[in-house]
Amino acid sequence: MKVKVKYFAVLHEELDRDEEEMDLPEGATVRVILDRLEAEWPEIAEYYDVMQTSVNWEYATPDSELSDGDEVAFIPPVTGGQDV
Amino acid sequence: MFKITSDEIELGDVIRAVEAGDAGAIVHFLGVVRNNTEGREVSYLEYESYPPMAEKKMAEIAQEIHEKWGLDRVAMIHRVGRLEIGEVSVAVAVASPHRKEAFEACHYAMNRLKQIVPIWKREVWVDGEEEWVKPDPVFFQPKA
Repeated sequence: MKVKVKYFAVLHEELDRDEEEMDLPEGATVRVILDRLEAEWPEIAEYYDVMQTSVNWEYATPDSELSDGDEVAFIPPVTGGQDV
Repeated sequence: MFKITSDEIELGDVIRAVEAGDAGAIVHFLGVVRNNTEGREVSYLEYESYPPMAEKKMAEIAQEIHEKWGLDRVAMIHRVGRLEIGEVSVAVAVASPHRKEAFEACHYAMNRLKQIVPIWKREVWVDGEEEWVKPDPVFFQPKA
């Protein structure tokens, strides 16, 4: 199955792309994508504590199971509360 | 109105989006690009968003306001791209029959916007360095 994966902010910069299509085995979870990204850029693990995941525009978890055509995004912390 | 835009934010548009005959109060909030962060001089800011999810989360915040205060007239708009000092990055407006609920709901909307709406801010400082802004831990609750 194919899913679209989107990257923002620091992830966009470090991976040097803002989105891509990934071919995944049926029943794959978000964690399968994270494992692939970690193989490419091990430092992504440092963001796991603060990074969130979404599937089809809804917050999800690494254990969320994916379906063909899903849109997955990795969301580093959103803008902080200190600026206004 | 729940919108991510790369255009300049017009306060009048935001107010008009919540105007209603039974509104005795309209409270609005504008977030403006400040010239410093903890004393370090800011050159400009760059905002990035995930627009479809951001607009969905804004609508969810409006639903929360409906459940808490019974108010149905809420508008939220956030600008993305490069913003200069003094420019408006975000506007929130809430209309209500009476002012108390409008003030409370506007404050609530802005706090929730920072918690759940996927928008990122990169500060570019006058000294040439830049950084994605660190979150305030009070506002960010990791879920993963």
